[in-house]
Amino acid sequence: MIPSSEKRSMTRREFLIRSAKAGACVAAATGLGLSLYDSKAPQGSQGKKTLVTLPDFSVAGRVGQMSIVTGEDRVKTVQRALKTLGGIEAFVRPGDRVVVKVNAAFATPPILSATANPELVAEVARLCFRAGASSVTVTDNPINDPASCFTLTGIAQAVRSAGAQMVMPREGSFKPTTLKGGALIKDWPLFYTPLEAADRLIGIAPIKDHHRSGASMTMKNWYGLLGGRRNLFHQDIHNIIKELSMMVSPTLVILDGTWTMMTNGPTGGSLADLKQTNTMIVSTDQVAADAFGATLLGKTVSDLPYIGKAQAEGVGRSDYESIKPFRDHVG
Amino acid sequence: MRIVRARQISQLFFFLLFLWFCVVASAGERWWQLRGWPVDWLLQLDPLVALGTVLTTRALYAGLLWALLTVVLTILLGRFFCSWVCPFGTLHHFVGFLGSRKKTLAKKAATNRYHGAQSVKYVLLVFLLGAAAGELLADLPGLSPGRSWPGWVLFVLALLVVLFLALRNVASKKARTLCWILVWVAVWILVAWAFADHSLVGASLQTGLLDPIPLIHRSVNLVILPIVDGVTHQLAVGQRHTQGAWLIGAVFLTAVLLNLSTPRFYCRFVCPLGALLGVLGRYALWRVGKNQSECSQCARCEAACEGACEPSKKIRISECVLCMNCLDACHEDLMGYGTTPSESGEEVSPDLSRRGFMVSLLSGVAAVPVTRLGGALGTNWSPMLIRPPGALMEEDFLKRCIKCGQCMRICPTNIIHPACFQAGLEGLWTPMLNFRVGTSGCQYNCVACGHVCPTAAIRPITVNEKQGKNDFAQAGPIRLGTAFVDRGRCLPWAMDKPCIVCQENCPVSPKAIFTREHFSPVREDPFLVESVHGMKVTLQGRHLRPGVVATGDYFCRVITQEENGRWKILENTKSVLVLSPDPTQKALLEPGNNLEIERRLKQPHVDLRRCIGCGICEHECPVSGRRAIRVTAENESRSEAHRLLLS
Repeated sequence: MIPSSEKRSMTRREFLIRSAKAGACVAAATGLGLSLYDSKAPQGSQGKKTLVTLPDFSVAGRVGQMSIVTGEDRVKTVQRALKTLGGIEAFVRPGDRVVVKVNAAFATPPILSATANPELVAEVARLCFRAGASSVTVTDNPINDPASCFTLTGIAQAVRSAGAQMVMPREGSFKPTTLKGGALIKDWPLFYTPLEAADRLIGIAPIKDHHRSGASMTMKNWYGLLGGRRNLFHQDIHNIIKELSMMVSPTLVILDGTWTMMTNGPTGGSLADLKQTNTMIVSTDQVAADAFGATLLGKTVSDLPYIGKAQAEGVGRSDYESIKPFRDHVG
Repeated sequence: MRIVRARQISQLFFFLLFLWFCVVASAGERWWQLRGWPVDWLLQLDPLVALGTVLTTRALYAGLLWALLTVVLTILLGRFFCSWVCPFGTLHHFVGFLGSRKKTLAKKAATNRYHGAQSVKYVLLVFLLGAAAGELLADLPGLSPGRSWPGWVLFVLALLVVLFLALRNVASKKARTLCWILVWVAVWILVAWAFADHSLVGASLQTGLLDPIPLIHRSVNLVILPIVDGVTHQLAVGQRHTQGAWLIGAVFLTAVLLNLSTPRFYCRFVCPLGALLGVLGRYALWRVGKNQSECSQCARCEAACEGACEPSKKIRISECVLCMNCLDACHEDLMGYGTTPSESGEEVSPDLSRRGFMVSLLSGVAAVPVTRLGGALGTNWSPMLIRPPGALMEEDFLKRCIKCGQCMRICPTNIIHPACFQAGLEGLWTPMLNFRVGTSGCQYNCVACGHVCPTAAIRPITVNEKQGKNDFAQAGPIRLGTAFVDRGRCLPWAMDKPCIVCQENCPVSPKAIFTREHFSPVREDPFLVESVHGMKVTLQGRHLRPGVVATGDYFCRVITQEENGRWKILENTKSVLVLSPDPTQKALLEPGNNLEIERRLKQPHVDLRRCIGCGICEHECPVSGRRAIRVTAENESRSEAHRLLLS
């Protein structure tokens, strides 16, 4: 019967096509299964991460320079202090991408001096631009809510007015780092993205009482470059500040002692916690800057073990007079 | 032998094998205990377990390679697994048979008619696979050339699967279909690009909720066995418990009892594994069908049909579970299992519209970030969630755990329990430790759970690795969490009662729990010394219960300005204390001294560097309600973010 034989050949053809498809599926499944086969269980460690390291931001030939200028007006004192060091041009070259790490730790108004002063930050940004900086980025990983911190401290407004940009920490901004020769900073998240493409790094910090470490100044300011559950490091505060100072080689640090937080630090919260000390310190040596800053708090180097520890690691000089700081006054 | 009889023997064999594996999955040395029995074999044969973990982890772990056998056989034969292997299917089959015994042929044929809702299982499958594949799909921009070739292969595979499943009747509307493919791929690329590195995008393996093999393991291991154990033979030493067993039991019972109204209800409407096998069997070489289109329409085959696949009409290949009942039922011998398609036609594709497919896929992908918005994988993590030793970090754990309950069954101390909502919605029925139930904490020398885990959500660790010895000395022991003393509830801390049961039971050496001595004055007023005879001191006008301060924990000292030492109290009567002579004591008691009686206490402290969070202290704590020492997950090894100590 012709129709049925036609039908049979049809089904045979269909069967062959189907067989080919089934064969292809079997081959694909087998190939995939075998190629993805993994006889070993995953490891407990959370995989190898690529570690980052901060570059050296310091300017060659400018080691151990410091300027101490007294006066009430931060804009004037910082200008004078920089001038005595050879001007900002000595540190920022045309085209440089500058990052300013401020202390914006708390969402408090600038008058309480718990954070970097906005006028000072703006002035530094302007000076950098004047020296030809291609970009100025102001950043911090604060303790309180970042957006509130930058807004309430007045830093956001000041940064905008100076034409600089502000970078707030995001989840993806952190990359793990390990400090060579360190014991604490191991595979720890570092607030890296703003610094990744930077040529210069300037730290700006106020002088504050700090209950755990004794004082929060320029070296402690680098704490804001750490991510993760960084307050674990309070278990060994002096060594972490030492390691931070080893990790960061800044272009400059600016220690603002115009008003010093004498008590109730590092948050402050009352004008009664502050004392007018009218001093601005600009230095390429963070250890020297902090050692001098301690005197404004009525403390000595021996009250702040991290200073001695940092000196022992060769970060800088705690005997700040030995580097012959420039001194001046602007009225 | 009739083919149906062969099927029944196969079903019985695999069902008994399953029960046997459940029974022997217990730690011990007897022949009926875990002594190399391949207790995970049925889970390893399950292609949904394999596919799910491949999508989440991009690797096929060890024994899951067995699934390849099922996949290949299904591609060639169709859904044989459902009617020949699956123990849950066998149970449904049997209960369904009981339920329809007295029904008329017409009634049976009516209940076994195809129902549109049978496509629900495909929706569930695509939803669950979507949740598993979300990260892979979103990883498209991250797949730069040269990086992770399995990622690329899987990406292409995922694309093919999407097309394969989504586009039925391609031939009829080729141009339109091509447009749709291009549009969807473009949308996919755009969305993936926008969500690249988004912190909430992740892979969540939820197939185990409904996958029948993990489901029946979980139900039998955690609900049925603990209840029936001891009726004839006692397997466990004591009653085993399961936290939240009611929910597992309720799901199981519902699934089983639904067979009384519709046979194989679960297989037809719910089972995502059946759906997967239905898709895989699309090109099956052998299939059930009629060898001539005309028949007497007696509906005997329909009445006997397990899969509701309409064998007498246009048979639905993806619904046919190969029960072979129709071959047996047909009096005209028209039904066969062969290479030629049914003479009355066949429907090879699942009844799932393109729209239904896309909606369920996207819902599955989106469900993960929505669930994770609560932050449970980040800062809002639950310290109550203590995972078994060797468990991967939470994000990776959720990529692998199929909620089968094997670790819970094997745990000799019965401390691993299915989480209800402690691990969030995603973590339902995943293992967590409960140190109050069971017979002890996590045993120091036991690593059983990781060795039965079929997917390595709990890694198979060695005792050395667990204890941080030999090769693992550098890494240190595996910590499950940390014990914290609740000083408001602890007997020596809060009630002036000597105890330190926790310290005694701490299994690590040196012990993680240490004590500091503290002398606590008893509540009574000072005692005035009336007379002293040697070491016998008579108190004035006081009535002590004889022996009350003679437990060895009591001391007395003279209340003076300066510290002048203590005498241990050896005995006491109503008004006389007998003190232990102490050669170091310079001053002696005198009449007129005011004495203070003190209890010597050893107060427990936890050394965080040594505590491994095994929970034995918590289990043993005599404050039996809310324990006075409790383990929470802080400092667990599996998470760097939960670290508590600097060094």
